Amino acid sequence: MDIIVCIKRVPDLAEAGLEIAADGRGLRTEDLDFDINEWDDYAVEAAVRLKEQHGGVVTAITVGDEDAEEVLRRALAMGADQAILLDDAAFAGADPFAIATALHACIRSLPFDVVLCGAVTSDGASGQVGGMLAALLDVPQVALATGLEVDGGRARVRHEVEGGLEREVEVALPCLITAQSGLNQPRYVSIRGIRKVADVAIAARSAGDLGLAATAVGEAGSRVRLEGLLLPPAGKRAEILEGSLDAAVATLVERLRERGGL
Amino acid sequence: MSATILVPAADPEPASGSPLGIPGPLLHGLLLLVALAAFAWIVRRRLLVLRRGAPDPRLDRLGERLRRLLVIGFGQSRQLRYPVAGIVHVLIFCGFLVLLFRSLTLLGQGFWGGFAIPGFAGPVYAAVKDWTGLVMLGCCAVAAYRRLYVKPARYHDRLALRSHGGEAHVILGLIALLMVADAVFEATTLAAHGGRSWALPLASLAAFALEAVPDSARPGLGVFAFWLHNVALCCFGCYLPVSKHFHVITSLPNVFLGKLDPAGRVKPPRHGLPPGAQPGEIGVRRLADFTWKHLLDFFSCTDCGRCSDVCPAYATGAPLSPRQISVKCRDEAYAAHPVFGRPPAGARPELVGGLIEDRELWACTTCRACEDVCPVTIEYVDKIVDMRRFLVDDGRVPAGMQKALGHLEKKGNPYGKPGKKRGEWVAADGGDCGVRVLAAGASAPLCFFTDSATAFDPRIQRIGRAFGRLLRAAGADCGTLGADEVDSGHEARRVGEEGLFESLREQNLQALAAREVGRVVTTDPHALNALRHDYRLGEPVLHHSELLAELIAAGRLRPFALADGRTYTFHDPCYLGRHNGVYEAPRAVLAAIPGLRTVEMAAARNKSFCCGGGSLYLFREGEGERRMGELRIEQAELAGAQVVVTACPFCLINFEDAIKTTGRTGRIEVVDLAELLERALVTAAPPAATTGA
Amino acid sequence: MKQVLVIAERRGAVLDEGVFELLTAARALAGGGGRVAAAVLGHGIGGLAAELARGFDRVFAFDDERLAEPDGDGDAQALLPLLARGGFDAVLLAHGNLGIDLAPGLSVRAGMPLLADCLELHWAGQSLAGTRAVYGGKVHARVVAAAGGTGAMATVRGGAFAPAGPGTVAGEVVAAALPAEFAPRRRPLRTLRPEAGEVDITQSERLVAVGRGIEDEDGLQLVRGLAAALGADLCASRPVVDKGWLPRSCQVGTSGVTVRPKLYVAVGISGSFQHMGGIKGSPFVVAINKDRAAPIFGVADVGIVGDLSEVVPALEAAIEEQKG
Ligand SMILES: Cc1cc2nc3c(=O)[nH]c(=O)nc-3n(C[C@H](O)[C@H](O)[C@H](O)COP(=O)(O)OP(=O)(O)OC[C@H]3O[C@@H](n4cnc5c(N)ncnc54)[C@H](O)[C@@H]3O)c2cc1C
Ligand SMILES: Cc1cc2nc3c(=O)[nH]c(=O)nc-3n(C[C@H](O)[C@H](O)[C@H](O)COP(=O)(O)OP(=O)(O)OC[C@H]3O[C@@H](n4cnc5c(N)ncnc54)[C@H](O)[C@@H]3O)c2cc1C
Ligand code: SF4
Ligand code: SF4
Repeated sequence: MDIIVCIKRVPDLAEAGLEIAADGRGLRTEDLDFDINEWDDYAVEAAVRLKEQHGGVVTAITVGDEDAEEVLRRALAMGADQAILLDDAAFAGADPFAIATALHACIRSLPFDVVLCGAVTSDGASGQVGGMLAALLDVPQVALATGLEVDGGRARVRHEVEGGLEREVEVALPCLITAQSGLNQPRYVSIRGIRKVADVAIAARSAGDLGLAATAVGEAGSRVRLEGLLLPPAGKRAEILEGSLDAAVATLVERLRERGGL
Repeated sequence: MSATILVPAADPEPASGSPLGIPGPLLHGLLLLVALAAFAWIVRRRLLVLRRGAPDPRLDRLGERLRRLLVIGFGQSRQLRYPVAGIVHVLIFCGFLVLLFRSLTLLGQGFWGGFAIPGFAGPVYAAVKDWTGLVMLGCCAVAAYRRLYVKPARYHDRLALRSHGGEAHVILGLIALLMVADAVFEATTLAAHGGRSWALPLASLAAFALEAVPDSARPGLGVFAFWLHNVALCCFGCYLPVSKHFHVITSLPNVFLGKLDPAGRVKPPRHGLPPGAQPGEIGVRRLADFTWKHLLDFFSCTDCGRCSDVCPAYATGAPLSPRQISVKCRDEAYAAHPVFGRPPAGARPELVGGLIEDRELWACTTCRACEDVCPVTIEYVDKIVDMRRFLVDDGRVPAGMQKALGHLEKKGNPYGKPGKKRGEWVAADGGDCGVRVLAAGASAPLCFFTDSATAFDPRIQRIGRAFGRLLRAAGADCGTLGADEVDSGHEARRVGEEGLFESLREQNLQALAAREVGRVVTTDPHALNALRHDYRLGEPVLHHSELLAELIAAGRLRPFALADGRTYTFHDPCYLGRHNGVYEAPRAVLAAIPGLRTVEMAAARNKSFCCGGGSLYLFREGEGERRMGELRIEQAELAGAQVVVTACPFCLINFEDAIKTTGRTGRIEVVDLAELLERALVTAAPPAATTGA
Repeated sequence: MKQVLVIAERRGAVLDEGVFELLTAARALAGGGGRVAAAVLGHGIGGLAAELARGFDRVFAFDDERLAEPDGDGDAQALLPLLARGGFDAVLLAHGNLGIDLAPGLSVRAGMPLLADCLELHWAGQSLAGTRAVYGGKVHARVVAAAGGTGAMATVRGGAFAPAGPGTVAGEVVAAALPAEFAPRRRPLRTLRPEAGEVDITQSERLVAVGRGIEDEDGLQLVRGLAAALGADLCASRPVVDKGWLPRSCQVGTSGVTVRPKLYVAVGISGSFQHMGGIKGSPFVVAINKDRAAPIFGVADVGIVGDLSEVVPALEAAIEEQKG
């Protein structure tokens, strides 16, 4: 079985002080630590488990710069067999559609039975790339999978659906699945494990290699433009609501509406 | 007693008779030959297993090894922690030594009537030996009684897969048979040589019992008893290596070959690799992945259960009993490499992950209580770490620990805090505590290695600052590595994440090398152990208790009286005490505070009971029914203490939590040694006066 | 004056209430002379279409037994002709499980830009524009759909718009036919309802956390009421779990689970390092604690100092009142 897994390198934002870069369109990254997107970890684990059960080849792909090699190595250490880095200045400023376009151009030339993506990323957080990629590949897709079994040309997927329910569905291969947390508990990747794959060659592909015009990808190929980033004002210490209980509660409800998404 | 009732008769002469029509010496020679050959063959089969083990250099420092053999092996120094079983065992052990000579004599008499070993022939030895025999018989009875009726909790292990009690009964029976046969043999000669006396109680007793036997039958009975003894002796010798009682043979060598490296130093993944070499696979997965010495450990385990009896994981109901690790591995070694017949066909069950479950291994805090108590110096921490190394390499790490390890890798601390904030603790309460954050290139005579808990946990930061203010009060100039420091990697290594440990160690060594520092001091015993033993740091590394004791002794810190009517007790952190042998320094600090009333807990010093903080335990919920910290607080209360003084961040976190969760807030308090000493410095004088120095 | 289409989500036989939040957004985008339409898919949904027609000007009802179960993959096929026909300036969906399943594929097939998980929407010239939360909510991004005359899609975060009240529009219900080539590729096998208590709090957007301050199980009941009012799941600090009042899977903290909610209401929780270590993604934190000096107030955004037995019921009542 040929399995492809799309992964992204994302900054770890917990506790980090965020600063917006000078161009207003990204973050200052000097003090940030990066790692594989959490949901992509589930996707890689699912891919490797499928391989362990059915045999086959797992290919990890990311769109990113050379720093993104780090997450590909991690996938290799988890058990992926090969890794492809889609790296080109032309990919910069891509929206999810342009990312999906690049991934599609790469994947269409590869054999595949299952494509796995994360459900969403912790940075861009749009949850779109997987669904868009499936449409481009014209294969059935199931989003937010919490269970996956493949058997005789069909995938049986359990996924999260409306109203907090889960549904089990069956689709024919090839298909695309996006991984939700709960799908599995990813294995630990030891530093030694990473060191062992330090010498595995990672194939790099540019837009040209994929047969894509520079205008079809990156900012130019995007359907959504990022105008800018802004930091919502954040208070340091809690605002203590004083006054009578009723007044305090009323103010709290107001705060909940403003900031708490009530 | 008088001898008159015994009619003199001829000595039974085994050597001159010819039982079964074969001349005695010839038959005896045959018996001995067969027994020796069988013994050698069995032992060889057993020891062949060791040849499959990984290398382990254990023949260095012979003097030190001999000393241990004498003290722990022959001196039985570890037995007395368990009074009844200990005394019984020491007596049996001494008895064996005494009776060894008697047995040799009897073997000799099979060839030459009246054979004697010089020095072991006179009435003195005869008396000693006879009394010994009596005591041994008594001990056998006590042991059998305890096993059958008293059943101390130690013998029953809730995690045991099967009972080995049957083997113990065979052994006890054989020993009793030896005693009785010898006594009967002696009794039949007694008549010839003088009769019953208090000097020979057992033989006299036998003679008394044999009074009804006609004289004519006595020599024959004596010869029979003689042969019975010697045959039983041979059976005993050969049964030992077949059964779990192989330990009788291997335990002394095992003590001799014990670990001489500092207790706190974890063994390298593989001995004998050139530095920098990366072994392809690490850790223990199969039996043969253990070092040969660790395999010998399994043979040497006496199944006495002391290790599990003191194991905090076992005590709190976690799925770990260290003794069962030895027992299961020995059983597996016996089953996979049987003495008789061919090894069983087919694959053996998984060892790590099968016979020994993952959760069993994760339950260990590496507190080393088990090793410290084991009478035959069996090592557990190294083995457990080795098995965890395999689990880590295989990706099998509990989720909570994965989180912490991931943070260690990315941010250099298990909490996931930004690494660049690591030095901010020095002034996190707005005031400066006197500890300087050293930029690269700076120098300080003293370098405070904080480690992660002190750097990031707000409660523990307070200890760091209290210690800083004490140093300032003593006029000591102290720096810290700030954002260049990362976690010591102590827990990472013990969890089995060797690669992560190595990378953290490199970062810290670089940070230290980039500055000119004299001595290194830390408030965290885990960091102490890592720097001292894992890093093998050139500079002296001190625990703050040691430095504070030193400053007090030099008169640079003069505590005032602190008599608040409460009773204080010191909890020995595992990595300060058992792993590093620092027991006196913290007690010296307490003793230097005038008026401080202190008590010792029953489990003090090397008997200390783990708080439950080791091996990243802080980052996962153990599977025990109780928390170790709660048990320890109960022990402190039992000792009559209202304040538990400790000297380790994890102990403090766990005890404060235990006090809260058991509703003891206000009744009992935990403080770090540094915090306590600071109280004693400021109670009588305003802070300005003490910090001005 | 714009044409806006809302794709309604349903939960079994009832409409997801989020559709009325989308109606508010759609009306605002449509502007004075604009029209808002809804599409609803399912089997035997006449009643739902009629309900929608009270608020929307037009309702496209896709009623077919092959649509019995919501299916992001199949629904996209069903909707494609309606979108491909053109004429909608904006197509809105809730950013829920169905929206995530349906919108990306539909947007690619329809050739429309997609703004995901928007907190706010407006027109920037002729282009649909919005604000969305990125980087775990710590940063907001302003995004604009490329102008292209195709119209744009957007998924909208729940709660970003207030729901529209009961409408009186008397819109038209149009029976929409499935395209001839409609061939759903998913075969539904069964629908599972997670058992009570099986809630995975790592997935919860809103959490109410209880601590030792609740003192007994009655306190827990109080807080359950608040959680229900907020539509939040319940979680706890360790002491509550230790007492066996909530399962271990509900323990937030360094030795429990890590959660990433958007809203975290801490009731009777002191805010220990070990507890707070399990909260990631910078939620909006509300603290209710009787101790003004409790460390939780150092990390919360807003707090009430008071006894939870008074504050919690009052808050619950105020929220219910707000919801109307
Ligand atoms: C300078 C800059 C400009 C940007 N401009 C725009 C813009 O104009 N418009 C806009 O909408 N966004 C923009 N972004 C955001 C960026 O395009 C998104 O992060 C990206 O499109 C992926 O979307 P997402 O992270 O939301 O992924 P999601 O849709 O949440 O990702 C789901 C899954 O898709 C896969 N995936 C996502 N990204 C990749 C990848 N790079 N490689 C391989 N697999 C991947 C993974 O499996 C992932 O789990 C910009 C970012 C930067 C830094
Ligand atoms: C190794 C280790 C791991 C741990 N892991 C975790 C973990 O993963 N998760 C976790 O949560 N904890 C963990 N803990 C425990 C943690 O340290 C704290 O003890 C715990 O979080 C405290 O819980 P709490 O805030 O509910 O209780 P408390 O600290 O007792 O706080 C109760 C609060 O309620 C307030 N209160 C009391 N009555 C009222 C009232 N009537 N109205 C309003 N307010 C009231 C009080 O003022 C107080 O602030 C761990 C501890 C250790 C040692
Ligand atoms: S390991 Fe040591 S302490 Fe434990 S049962 Fe064996 S001999 Fe006894
Ligand atoms: S080191 Fe401590 S926790 Fe581990 S097995 Fe030994 S006694 Fe038990």
